[in-house]
Amino acid sequence: MTPKERINGYQLVYHRPDTLTDNPTHYCPGCSHGVVHRVMMEVVKEMGIQDRTVGVAPVGCAVFAYNYMNVDMQEAAHGRATAVATGIKRVLPDRYVFTYQGDGDLAAIGTSETIHTVNRGENILIVFINNGVYGMTGGQMAPTTLLGMKTTTSPMGRDVVTMGHPLDITPLIAQLPGALFVTRHSVHTPAAVRKLKKALRLAFEYQPLNKGTCFVEVVSNCPSGWKMTPREANAWMEKNMFTAYPPGDVKLPPPGLN
Amino acid sequence: MIRGTVLVAQEICKGCELCVIACPQDCLGLSETLNKKGYRFAMLTADSCTGCENCALVCPDAALTVYREPKPVRRPATSVQGAA
Ligand SMILES: Cc1ncc(C[n+]2csc(CCOP(=O)(O)OP(=O)(O)O)c2C)c(N)n1
Ligand code: SF4
Ligand code: SF4
Ligand code: SF4
Repeated sequence: MTPKERINGYQLVYHRPDTLTDNPTHYCPGCSHGVVHRVMMEVVKEMGIQDRTVGVAPVGCAVFAYNYMNVDMQEAAHGRATAVATGIKRVLPDRYVFTYQGDGDLAAIGTSETIHTVNRGENILIVFINNGVYGMTGGQMAPTTLLGMKTTTSPMGRDVVTMGHPLDITPLIAQLPGALFVTRHSVHTPAAVRKLKKALRLAFEYQPLNKGTCFVEVVSNCPSGWKMTPREANAWMEKNMFTAYPPGDVKLPPPGLN
Repeated sequence: MIRGTVLVAQEICKGCELCVIACPQDCLGLSETLNKKGYRFAMLTADSCTGCENCALVCPDAALTVYREPKPVRRPATSVQGAA
């Protein structure tokens, strides 16, 4: 049967959103980055805010996010995405402004910008992709790397004495008075993807209320950096990453908001 | 059971298999041949698809389009006109 014959009389129930460009991504097979891009752009499409959304891309594997997300985008220097987003939001307060950052970008070189942006309660959305390594540069240890986890710069596994503890930055962010909505998700199952989508939708909807920063962490995989197949990486993530970084809401907006 | 089907954008699929493990009907697999990028691509391997969208939800490359047969419309028994 040809594809045309197969769909004859059937209804279209899911297709790629046109808020993603047609460019194939450079991401490795199975990488969570692609799923998060797609879900974010589905939300932008469903809310009808494509022409009012501005994203800030990081340094890291998602450095080319502007080639894939079909909204206005600005590239930032490594770690500085939330500072750049602050400027954009203050000049264009009616726009939906988000940053998209890995753990090396947000929780290592950009820790200072991240904390101060949220402490100022900037009305932006920060999307934080936590895959426990520096993917782009070849799988080096990140602040979020788990204890015992082998990376190219912790070949015997991360140990506390010389390398410190894994940095769980999301609960720290939640303590800041400027944080409105802080939540942690993943994209390894259809149910998890649905939950992330709901959270991103809420985070975008809160933005015009000018009540503070929304922070959405996505515990992610890095099949290449972890030297696993995508299937193995997702299973490993569920077993190990979720222990250190359990999915769930960390801070909810005060009741009655909206 | 509602019937569905999926179309795979073969040239952007990277053969990651995440759709294969997400499919509750076990009706997806990877091709024997390679696409231009050198990846095996996802394909339907059985006709048990229900159009549940699970595969599309987990696909990192937005390579899947999902279709479903329309819900059957109930017609009152007397409305058949001109029947022999
Ligand atoms: C100022 C500066 N320092 C260091 C680098 C090298 N560098 C590029 S990407 C990266 C880390 C990326 O890791 P992460 O943010 O976790 O993103 P991932 O690639 O894992 O998605 C580093 C250190 C750089 N490009 N610029
Ligand atoms: S190196 Fe890791 S984070 Fe980067 S694209 Fe590949 S799998 Fe994704
Ligand atoms: S729509 Fe559902 S049943 Fe059909 S291939 Fe995808 S996951 Fe399987
Ligand atoms: S999830 Fe997407 S990219 Fe991966 S094998 Fe299936 S269709 Fe291809």
